[in-house]
Amino acid sequence: MSIKLPIYLDNNATTRCDPRVVEAMLPYFTEHFGNAASRNHPFGWEAEEAVDRARDQVAKLIGASGKEIIFTSGATESDNLAIKGVASMYRKKGDHIITQITEHKAVIDPCKRLERDGFKVTYLGVDKYGRVDPQHIADAMTERTILVSIMTANNEIGTVQPIAAIGKLCKSKGVLFHTDAVQGVGKIPMDVQAMGIDLLSLSGHKMYGPKGIGALYVRKKDPRVRLDAIIDGGGHERGMRSGTLPVQQIVGLGVACELCREEMPAESKRLIGLREKLREGIMGQLSEVYLNGHPTERLPGNLNLSFAFVEGEGLMMGIKEIAVSSGSACTSASLEPSYVLKALGVGDELAHSSIRFGMGRFTTEDEVDYTMDSIVREVNRLRAMSPLYEMAQQGIDLSTVQWAAH
Amino acid sequence: MAYSNKVLDHYSNPRNVGSFDQKDRTVGTGLVGAPECGDVLKLQIKVDPVTGRIEDARFKTFGCGSAIASSSLATEWLRGKSIDEALAIKNTSIVEELSLPPVKVHCSVLAEDAIKAAIRNYQEKQTADEKETVSV
Repeated sequence: MSIKLPIYLDNNATTRCDPRVVEAMLPYFTEHFGNAASRNHPFGWEAEEAVDRARDQVAKLIGASGKEIIFTSGATESDNLAIKGVASMYRKKGDHIITQITEHKAVIDPCKRLERDGFKVTYLGVDKYGRVDPQHIADAMTERTILVSIMTANNEIGTVQPIAAIGKLCKSKGVLFHTDAVQGVGKIPMDVQAMGIDLLSLSGHKMYGPKGIGALYVRKKDPRVRLDAIIDGGGHERGMRSGTLPVQQIVGLGVACELCREEMPAESKRLIGLREKLREGIMGQLSEVYLNGHPTERLPGNLNLSFAFVEGEGLMMGIKEIAVSSGSACTSASLEPSYVLKALGVGDELAHSSIRFGMGRFTTEDEVDYTMDSIVREVNRLRAMSPLYEMAQQGIDLSTVQWAAH
Repeated sequence: MAYSNKVLDHYSNPRNVGSFDQKDRTVGTGLVGAPECGDVLKLQIKVDPVTGRIEDARFKTFGCGSAIASSSLATEWLRGKSIDEALAIKNTSIVEELSLPPVKVHCSVLAEDAIKAAIRNYQEKQTADEKETVSV
């Protein structure tokens, strides 16, 4: 088989921009370079038309209407706008927000900031698969609750949340529901109507579009959601997000959404096939490999495994021609292992031993086969030099050892 | 993060991986670190009873590439050294030899700790032996 190295298996971090997306964007740099806010000449009209078309393409992918799409610089901005915008607008109604501990920092940190400003935030725990229980959300609600923010799917472990059930609950209680759907949009079917979503964040570069562009869906009726803007200026995007629209990025996002909508059924089926092939291949050849996240309720292309007795960064070094990521502390600046894995009750040791494989549109079966072989070879090699593996083989229960922590 | 060529070399071709019999009285074993911290290093020395020099060393490491390289290098340096010479090995020399970045300095500290722990274990065994001899 012919393989081009290095292999990219980090599609939960970012995706390659689809060449069809790039092609659609190019004319908007040089030919149709107008400002979409220029109402008085054809350059502006062209740009505005392109933006409106993209707005519809984005909306169609999530069952919304174009008028409900606000373009932002990316999902971090969308999350900030949704959470801070709702908090500020609805402060008189209440000051309580419910979220969960496995959210992305783009949700956690705005919530932390609001807490410093006097809001109360409940961070719910998750089960061993990383799923939040809608009943826990119901139990946490008070008369002061204004917003629930639960991600559609987790970026590390790929677990998909019971979004429709949460949406239904929020609707029945009259509480707004925001979901950070960065990992879900374009990968799994999303429908803001059927799922009862009031605000939804998405990002271009996670779905084969360009970086630097995202969107926030803001429900227009039943109920009409209002937001206080974070960025003030020319009043673009119905006053919710000022700033000249990056037309070429928006065109790219629109085409990326359309491609995802058209190709999702075949693509997700193919990716589930690759994911399961990789999982079964690795687990069939190695003992003590653990799946992190939900076995079935997970993103098609995401596989997160812990390889007992082997440290994640050490393993990544052995497969350095394959781009993956690890929950190991050593790969982060903080030297703390993944807070998401810790939230599942995965021990610190197994968190250090985790590898995330992110397959995507451009991943081939040959690449998956190559990865499988490399992982099996390296894990065996590293276990042969692991004192933990040796102790386990001797029947020593590692949890009873007095470690000299440093 | 880019690794130095020396780290890559020790990682790909680790020297002296393995284990000695822990019960052997000429063997000293040091086990440092903790799985929940992401590094565990087992380092063993085997001392020639006649010359008092370290005739061989072995390691097993659970950790990142730098931790593996630090332990591999430590075993290389230990061979042929007297106990006093071995005790003089400093983590900073390991940092220098492997060009470890600041975030990986703790790997070298761990290697120095493991050397000291192995020597301490060896010395305890010798003292225990002396006591036994006296009591006989």
